[in-house]
Amino acid sequence: MNRREKYEARQRRWSILIAAASTIATLAAIVILVPMAPGWSRVQQSFFSGEVFLKTLPKMLEAFLVDIAIFAWSTPLIAIVGLAAALARSTRSPGLFPLRVFGTIFVDVFRGVPVVLVIYLIGFGVPGLGLPRPWNSPYIWGTVALVLTYSAYVAEILRGGIDSVHPSQRAAGISLGLSESDVMRYIVLPQAVRRVVPANMNMLIALQKDVALLSFIGPVEILRQAGVYKSLLANFTPYVVAAVVFLAVTVPATRYTDYLMNRQNDARS
Amino acid sequence: MMPEARGKEAEGAREKPKLSLVGVTKTFGQQAVLRGVNLDASKGEMVCLIGPSGSGKSTLLRCINLLEPIDEGFVYLDGEDISEPGLKPGPIRRRIGIVFQSFNLFPHMTALANVTLAPRRIHGRSEREMRPAAEALFTRFGLGDHLDKYPDQLSGGQQQRVAIIRALAMQPEVMLFDEITSALDPELVGEVLDVLRQLREDGMTMVIATHEMAFARDAADRVCFIDEGVIAEQGPPEAIFAAPKNRRTQSFLRRVLRRGGVHEAP
Repeated sequence: MNRREKYEARQRRWSILIAAASTIATLAAIVILVPMAPGWSRVQQSFFSGEVFLKTLPKMLEAFLVDIAIFAWSTPLIAIVGLAAALARSTRSPGLFPLRVFGTIFVDVFRGVPVVLVIYLIGFGVPGLGLPRPWNSPYIWGTVALVLTYSAYVAEILRGGIDSVHPSQRAAGISLGLSESDVMRYIVLPQAVRRVVPANMNMLIALQKDVALLSFIGPVEILRQAGVYKSLLANFTPYVVAAVVFLAVTVPATRYTDYLMNRQNDARS
Repeated sequence: MMPEARGKEAEGAREKPKLSLVGVTKTFGQQAVLRGVNLDASKGEMVCLIGPSGSGKSTLLRCINLLEPIDEGFVYLDGEDISEPGLKPGPIRRRIGIVFQSFNLFPHMTALANVTLAPRRIHGRSEREMRPAAEALFTRFGLGDHLDKYPDQLSGGQQQRVAIIRALAMQPEVMLFDEITSALDPELVGEVLDVLRQLREDGMTMVIATHEMAFARDAADRVCFIDEGVIAEQGPPEAIFAAPKNRRTQSFLRRVLRRGGVHEAP
């Protein structure tokens, strides 16, 4: 070990020591102080009952499959609609001007209205038209609400990616005689999509959580199932179960997104 | 490549020029960048454009291949007016290749895919059927081992040679080069200029904006000094470099050559 390495090793040992000490102190404070609060035993009973946790977990996981299913079929639809809206907004051709206006309105409206509101309006409004059986399903219209909202966000992310591709790339493409649509399809879009992968991963994580909002219009997914159990057992622990299940999915996904984003930053610098 | 013997046409009788610019003007907003450029290039001729930064060299090249529409004047390719507003630019651009200062390779494609993209899309040829011909071109320009590499795995000089091959793959009749060695480390300049010399042997018609005075003096058939949006002086390199007539040419060359530009050929 040379002089610098010795110094750095010493520094590292110090950092680890300090981090460990402060972590232990914080945890000790929580474990000792929180139970000293006057209502702690009641809170523990109704939110952190181990018995209720174990009893409700299997059925809750089953209900979570509904969340996953809705998420799974919404994602490809969002990718398609989002891409279409982004392309509509990026078009330069004067003949497609109405498309550009439509794309802009679409993005403005669905980014401007809270997701819950879109779900209520579409989820209750459209079946209210008295559509025949399969077409009044809250699954369908809840999905439509999610797809519209998230497509608007994804479209803006994609458009940002398209704009971030340097104009010299387009110049290189058209100077070879390629058409504008070929330049977009083979040169600009592949680069744009790659750049916005991390941002879109964040959207997917948000979507995964927002699927639970569909519980307001009917589907018995995990949040609604938790509500059912709450009424049945007069205990809030099922909500904690739901939170734990969501965290089990979103935390790894978030870490993975961070990893992708760091890798991209490293590659660019 | 066309292995025609050069010289015959270049020195031959005054035939119709391959490329001809007449009174070309171009303004960006208030700023007049080109103020009436007249320029002819015969088939197989290598024309070098020199001049201070911002004199309009790049804009001139971009106007020739229709990346920028011109305001007034005419650009003729084989006697055909290609500057007519409203003309479909795609088929014309295929006949005029351009290479940029910053290479502008497509970073998400291999060198081979960069080269074959346009022929694939426009002539409907497949990458596999193009590979042997491309391989020959790559090998000829010293890139035989690099077909399947991505741009960021290549040096600047190699990237620029790929960019040249990419433009050549459309078999253009005229090639434009926009300061293609300006972004390169000095030791990489030579390998790129060698490519231009080889193209000259092939009889390619070329217009080259460059700061490499030694190259312009040794290789060009004609040198044009561009200043403030017009061609202030043009002639054979010996005349321009040894005995410039225009005062501005004189002062420009004094400034550049003092930096030792012309002494050692790269």
